[in-house]
Amino acid sequence: MFGIPPQALFGQLLIGLINGSFYALLSLGLAVIFGLLNIINFAHGAQYMMGAFAAYFLLQYAGLGYGWALLIAPVIIGLLGMALERVTLKRLYHLDHLYGLLLTFGVALIIQGVFRYEFGSSGLPYPIPRALEGGKNLGFMFLPNYRAWVIVLSLVVCFGTWLVIERTRLGAYLRAATENPTLVRAFGINVPRMITLTYGFGVGLAALAGVLAAPIYQVNPLMGGDLIIVVFAVVVIGGMGSILGSIITGFTLGLVEGLTKVFYPEASNTVIFVIMAIVLLVRPTGLFGRAS
Amino acid sequence: MMAAVGEYVEAPAVPAAVTQRHQAVGFAVMVAFFSVMPFFVYPIFLMKALCFALFACAFNLLIGYVGLLSFGHAVFLGSAGYVSAHTAKVWGWPPELAILGGAVVAGALGVAIGFLSIRSKGIYFANITLALAQMVYFFCVQAKFTGGEDGIQAVPRGMMFGLFDLRNSLTLYFVVLAIFAGGFLLTYRAIHSPFGQVLKAIRENEPRAVSLGYRPEHYKLIAFVLSATLSGLAGGTKAIVFQLASLADVHWTMSGEVVLMTLLGGLGTVFGPVVGALTLVMLEHYLVQLGAWVTIIQGAIFVVCVLTFRRGIVGELARALKKPL
Amino acid sequence: MGKTSFVALLALCLMTGTAQAQISDGVIKIGVLNDQSGPYADITGPGSVVAARMAVEDFGATAKGMKVEIVFADHQNKPDVGSQIARQWYDAEKVDLIIDVPTSSIALAINQIAREKNKAFIVSGAATSDLTGKACSPNTIHWTYDTWALANGTGTAVVRTGGDTWFFLTADYAFGHALERDVEAVVQKSGGRVVGKVRHPFPTSDFSSFLLQAQASKAKIIGLANAGADTINAIKQGAEFGIAKGGQQFAGLLVFISDVHALGLEKAQGLVLTESFYWDQNDRTRAWSKRFAERHRGAMPTMVQAGVYSAVTHYLKAIDSLKGDDGPKVITRMKELPTDDPVFGKGTVRVDGRKVHPMYLFEVKKPAESKGPWDYYKLRATIPADQAFRPLDQGDCSLVKK
Repeated sequence: MFGIPPQALFGQLLIGLINGSFYALLSLGLAVIFGLLNIINFAHGAQYMMGAFAAYFLLQYAGLGYGWALLIAPVIIGLLGMALERVTLKRLYHLDHLYGLLLTFGVALIIQGVFRYEFGSSGLPYPIPRALEGGKNLGFMFLPNYRAWVIVLSLVVCFGTWLVIERTRLGAYLRAATENPTLVRAFGINVPRMITLTYGFGVGLAALAGVLAAPIYQVNPLMGGDLIIVVFAVVVIGGMGSILGSIITGFTLGLVEGLTKVFYPEASNTVIFVIMAIVLLVRPTGLFGRAS
Repeated sequence: MMAAVGEYVEAPAVPAAVTQRHQAVGFAVMVAFFSVMPFFVYPIFLMKALCFALFACAFNLLIGYVGLLSFGHAVFLGSAGYVSAHTAKVWGWPPELAILGGAVVAGALGVAIGFLSIRSKGIYFANITLALAQMVYFFCVQAKFTGGEDGIQAVPRGMMFGLFDLRNSLTLYFVVLAIFAGGFLLTYRAIHSPFGQVLKAIRENEPRAVSLGYRPEHYKLIAFVLSATLSGLAGGTKAIVFQLASLADVHWTMSGEVVLMTLLGGLGTVFGPVVGALTLVMLEHYLVQLGAWVTIIQGAIFVVCVLTFRRGIVGELARALKKPL
Repeated sequence: MGKTSFVALLALCLMTGTAQAQISDGVIKIGVLNDQSGPYADITGPGSVVAARMAVEDFGATAKGMKVEIVFADHQNKPDVGSQIARQWYDAEKVDLIIDVPTSSIALAINQIAREKNKAFIVSGAATSDLTGKACSPNTIHWTYDTWALANGTGTAVVRTGGDTWFFLTADYAFGHALERDVEAVVQKSGGRVVGKVRHPFPTSDFSSFLLQAQASKAKIIGLANAGADTINAIKQGAEFGIAKGGQQFAGLLVFISDVHALGLEKAQGLVLTESFYWDQNDRTRAWSKRFAERHRGAMPTMVQAGVYSAVTHYLKAIDSLKGDDGPKVITRMKELPTDDPVFGKGTVRVDGRKVHPMYLFEVKKPAESKGPWDYYKLRATIPADQAFRPLDQGDCSLVKK
């Protein structure tokens, strides 16, 4: 079919799904931050990179392996994110969203510059955890265990986050606070603190994706750079306020990109933007987006 | 009520004639400054500043006066650069036609991109311009005539109007200064005309403008195309000055740089983009040995400007002097 | 003092005075232009500046009465930044020689500028063989390596040792295409076959899809026509997908020791590559490299950095012999004098601007075979200097008399 054997096609689709997991996880963080806080977090790519570096440092200097990194790195980077929110973003809420975008863009430049200055750009090696080494021969391809783990963890985290936000009371408070902060505050809920924690959570998700990426992509200061605009495209296509939208779009786009790599590989970096342009023309607020 | 981007760089209420006199003085000072500098400072460096100043002025038209943040403006700079370089080098066009050709193509691209994006607002507008810019970037990487990573090199400077030999740095400099001044005056005229007034009305209260019978999309599109064409003018000139057209000029990081220049100089001010561009070009020049520090400092400027310095250099100056600049 | 001695002293002063006067402004200014902080910073970067400084010191410039000044700048791999710096250096800051310049597009641009401004230009970092081919110039020397030498070294030698079916993983930009084209030609000439190729966007971080296609092709050799982070990622993910276990081998068409260091031997073992210098080849290279590492955060020199040392040494030698630093004249002198340094040993510079020396085919050691950090390569083959580079008559260079 289409000039390549179906088996090879399945292999490529599976790879696409794996990449989609990263897109979904990263766009989830962005969507949480925008959807609930109306902040456009351009620093997301840099925070993803810091997550990967945190995993590297934990291993190098504290001897703490991958499992620890999965738990600790998101917390550390999340805390840093909260500090950022408290010190800077808080002052911009009364202004146009675009200032938030510009601020986080500047923060991203600073973070990436500092890491590049310290660590150069060749990248640092991070080993695949022993428990996840090797792989299974599925017949149509050899699937490394680690990549299978990526899909599983992403699905769990994405589904879990969606559940919390859409189906629990905490999530309800969060959603209400975005729509009418004064009223929610009148109920005695500390809205600013919730906002800070939510930002921290979104950043933590980015850092988690970074730890997940460390064993398979080089840990290097440039890793978040071009990725951030792709993830932006995912969030925009899914609909900027929609958690479910970005999860579904993330996985789907991974698949689409995977297919493009088979039939027109040179365009695989660009196909997402073509789709974004088309979607925005037809549905200006994205596929699942709420009308603003 | 959230303040729109660039909104509070409002001129204090003075009569139009007085405003124009202040700004005419400013213009004279600017031209005098740039006319004298090439005798003290390396002209090529100044020409780079002038090209970027024009680019920033064009960008400012869109963000400062229409309130639209385009995150893909680099494509106008870069595509015009490629067109000018190609027409000058391969088709042997004289520099004035090459540069005009670049500007026209950028304008056409502006019509296409503008038409597709004008209906969106705010962050959606920024995103769609970014997406369309990425597609243009991809086209530039793939197309044979752009030379991919190598770019178009050894672009001839030629003879302007058959009279001025542009290989002489000083002659070239004054030609570039003339182009810049022309572009600057054009943006000034656009802002301070009935057209500009309608744009301001649309930015401040679009529904009311509609109720008065204006079609906002038309005005926004015209402003967008004007911005694109002038960016193209800057790009075409830059290609002739540096004798090179490369992918760096169409990359999204270049779009980020023009935002920074305009923000630093002062969104929605007349002279802001010029000051911002000059400052940034100087910064990059003096930090050229430091590599990564340039990015760090650019980021820091963004952060500081957004937090505490939103009016930008010229905006703050205007407030201090209580005159619109 | 006696009249004769006074006259002699005066004559001596005048002579040295005149000699100095022929060196423009009395200072020999060398500009090291490369990527100081981006993807190629570890291959060239600050290390090249260290190498240049070592060359000036080892040459004993001060003792010989030569005032040498070294400046450096970061071109950030952008052609416009690079050409602007070059112009400014040559025009306004009296730089006599620009050296290094990785990224072929920038090297080509500066090649042109040096010619216009009548100055000297030595390339160590960039790869394009056009610099000694159709773009050759009396102002330029191409020092360390080029695409032809790499293609010839890796391509021929690999096919000869049994790697006769190839699949190319190519970065989709001008350099990647050129590398693929050159190696493909060599492979076919040596009796090998290219069974497939795929072009990936530049840069790419995830190669899983392309590696799958490479595996499906069942080619013995997967040729990596890319560089830097792309190569590193492809190899790293190749290990994950069991490329080596499936009986396939990677051939790195442009790999430096700093890349292998970033990858680690676990992932890079078995990789075949061609370089013109390795720190552990002989006593002279070992001694020099140790001195370099002390000044460069313990990192061993790459061939590009070694090339900068060798080139600056020879440049100063030529100036010393010529007693002047006029661009094309020094370059011509460099072609007349034979070279000798602890880095490349003895060699020559050809009339088309090509420095020739032997090229070496290396294979990356297994972790068990390595005795310590930076002990990464074992020598697979040596290509003698007269066979390592494109023959003079095949380059289409206008400086070569037919």
